Amino acid sequence: MNLDSKIPEGPLSEKWQKHKFNMKLVSPANKRKYHVIVVGSGLAGGSAAATLAELGYNVSCFCYQDSPRRAHSIAAQGGINAAKNYPGDGDSVFRLFYDTIKGGDFRSREANVYRLAEVSASIIDQATAQGVPFAREYGGLLANRSFGGAQVSRTFYARGQTGQQLLLGAYSALSRQIGLGQVKMYPRTEILDVVVVGGKAKGVIVRDMVTGKISRYKADAVVLGTGGYGNVFYLSTNAMGCNVTAAYRAYKRGAGFANPCYTQIHPTCIPVSGTHQSKLTLMSESLRNDGRVWVPQQQGDSRPPHEIPDTERDYYLERKYPSFGNLAPRDIASRSAKEACDAGRGVGPGGLGVYLDFADAIRRLGEQTVRERYGNLFHMYQKITDENPYQVPMRIYPAVHYTMGGLWVDYNLQSTIPGLHVIGEANFSDHGANRLGASALMQGLADGYFVLPYTIGNYLSGEVPDDVDIDAPEFERAEKEVRDRMAQLLSIQGKKSPTAFHRELGQVMWDHCGMARNRAGLEKAIQRIPEIREEFWQNVRVTGAGEGLNQQLELAGRVADFLEYGELMCRDALVREESCGGHFREEYQSEEGEAVRNDQDFAHVAVWEYQGQGKDPARHVEQLEYENVKFATRSYK
Amino acid sequence: MKIQLHVWRQESPTAAGSFETHVLDSVSPDMSFLEMLDSLNEQLIEAKKVPVDFDHDCREGICGSCSLNINGVAHGPQSGTTACQLHMRSFKDGDDIYVEPWRANAFPVLKDLITDRSGFDRIMQSGGFVSVSTAGVPDANAIPVAKQDADEAMDAATCIGCGACVAACKNSSAMLFVSAKVSQLALLPQGAPERGRRVQAMIHQMDQEGFGHCSNTYECEAVCPKEISVRHIARLNREYFKACFFGKED
Repeated sequence: MNLDSKIPEGPLSEKWQKHKFNMKLVSPANKRKYHVIVVGSGLAGGSAAATLAELGYNVSCFCYQDSPRRAHSIAAQGGINAAKNYPGDGDSVFRLFYDTIKGGDFRSREANVYRLAEVSASIIDQATAQGVPFAREYGGLLANRSFGGAQVSRTFYARGQTGQQLLLGAYSALSRQIGLGQVKMYPRTEILDVVVVGGKAKGVIVRDMVTGKISRYKADAVVLGTGGYGNVFYLSTNAMGCNVTAAYRAYKRGAGFANPCYTQIHPTCIPVSGTHQSKLTLMSESLRNDGRVWVPQQQGDSRPPHEIPDTERDYYLERKYPSFGNLAPRDIASRSAKEACDAGRGVGPGGLGVYLDFADAIRRLGEQTVRERYGNLFHMYQKITDENPYQVPMRIYPAVHYTMGGLWVDYNLQSTIPGLHVIGEANFSDHGANRLGASALMQGLADGYFVLPYTIGNYLSGEVPDDVDIDAPEFERAEKEVRDRMAQLLSIQGKKSPTAFHRELGQVMWDHCGMARNRAGLEKAIQRIPEIREEFWQNVRVTGAGEGLNQQLELAGRVADFLEYGELMCRDALVREESCGGHFREEYQSEEGEAVRNDQDFAHVAVWEYQGQGKDPARHVEQLEYENVKFATRSYK
Repeated sequence: MKIQLHVWRQESPTAAGSFETHVLDSVSPDMSFLEMLDSLNEQLIEAKKVPVDFDHDCREGICGSCSLNINGVAHGPQSGTTACQLHMRSFKDGDDIYVEPWRANAFPVLKDLITDRSGFDRIMQSGGFVSVSTAGVPDANAIPVAKQDADEAMDAATCIGCGACVAACKNSSAMLFVSAKVSQLALLPQGAPERGRRVQAMIHQMDQEGFGHCSNTYECEAVCPKEISVRHIARLNREYFKACFFGKED
């Protein structure tokens, strides 16, 4: 597997500028001869489809939702980082770059992260020009707030709905191009395979989710902006439809999958309330600015919180990390909550929760100020739990939220399959082993607006437009495989629903490949997952037919891929014998229980190559070179 | 809790639909409305029957996918709440609950509780944007916007495009939806150059799609999960008249 990262020569701050100059261009008259398929319409896919169309390429954009406006980017709350330095507090491109590298626990690629920081400011300009209503000060200029993992205020926001507003900005740009006929939009359409002809990505096989029709589409390049794989855990903060299918199919066609074990578990989510639970809800981590996290000191203390005196409470984050306190980074805060609950000191049903208490903040600031800062979050919490957080402490528990791993891409965002580009959460490149808050929106839009539209031109300039036949045997074969699989899923008619299998897999993943992992657990999961998979293919019941709308069939296909993908995650977690960012191996921790990284042996990207059905995948390595930053142990004490 | 659920079943856009009744014995008050439907579906699959299809995705009230008429009210009894954020504790033990898809000619039923809302997308494609391409835009702080204007634009921009406004309106009017976008962009300097053309194009497309007119009954505002105010409809009307009487056609 060729893992040439194609990082340009020269000093860090000049790489992207130089690269842009050195890349080949496609002339305006020739752009219209090329056709690009974009899968996904979130921040990455939507912004890429719109921008490529503006440049003059013919674009087909696919999404599984009924409208491109509904992609899950819409649910991001807190904000978007950009090195604008509007507040004049010492921010710079280099500082944003450094914070991101450090936050990622020194497991991301320097050149990519620097470019991300470099284009971040343009995103804010672009979104503002589109009419995105960012928060403003009375003078009419843009407001900023601070966020976890940074000591400057560089986060732009639109109330608690920043993701929604940025996505609607990208959607408006996309809508304009659809109206102009430059983008052909295919909503309610799911990608079921990527077609590779002559070693290059040349098309996709899709299913129309309304009619059930399976068809082929060809193009000169394919772009995946299909998001992350958090739903492998069944319960996550992802939307119900989020899935790994497109990325996993690409992997099976030869694309390397990088760092699948890197998963972010977000500390401030609403705890599970029962077995009926279908998904988890996140509350912005900004709550930790004023809320204090605690559990009772005594195991199994069942008194209501107001009856537990201060002296019998353990404010464990403040105790363990006096200088960052309740604002310790996400991975650390999540792990500490798990430790407390594992020690039998958790609160609420099943003991899987910790308190996030605003009593002190209300005393200090008054209820009105707290309401102004967090009113919408308190409202949401009350709606879901039926408890009033102004009177009783919130209960929170960590939940799967984001996945840093993804398809391997080079500096041009191209996977190991030429012509297959991967953007946004679906790729692996920028967040290392842990993503900082307000950086997901930044990366999705950076890739879609400002990186891919340049780099894809470099690829297309070497391609003869429209050089494949839709009846080529590769298309024929891929379509047949998709049809056979559908038919097989429908023919089993066993006893268990796809959801039942999904839940079972999720439990295994959460227990053994969740917040803390160890060799024995991972080995057990690697043994258990194939058993579940085998049972799935013998005992799943998919109701309805292949023709027409059938949500059970859609779900079954996604669960089938998760059942293979989960195993790959566990394999990756098993081999990475160190603790870094979101990947915590219990064997590799200090005496105080902090993560211990192993830079000697693991300062690399692990890239997995599919070897065929029933064979173990091969692990390759891209060494990470740090020329501008020095390895340091993250300390938040 | 025990409930009697009357769910609209319709096999395809052209098939006739009808209510189907199911009894659910063990509904937890902590379930969301959609989780209650999930449990119905598990029950149906168990009994080798075809489960009920309904649109849903984020389940946190922001994507706008879910679209259920519950006991005749779009998104159900709780104000400012999408169906996915509605919990069963809003109902009583022994309740009869009727669940239907959106009812509007411009939103044809595809199957069971799923409707086709692509008319909304076509309205947006006709003009719901600022015509700027990527790159070559001014610095964000070169465009100051008064805070109160930005805040009001944000109030309008929170629309999730769910279609409850249309479903609640006796005329199936899309005026609240259209006004939210027109108003947002009319309040901001970025939207000014195209304001006349935008409002005319969007209204024209709205009529093409078969949405009705507004007769000021404000059901739309009452059911809107984002509580978008009908004042934006007033601004839409003003923009429209201004464009028709004083605007330049291009």
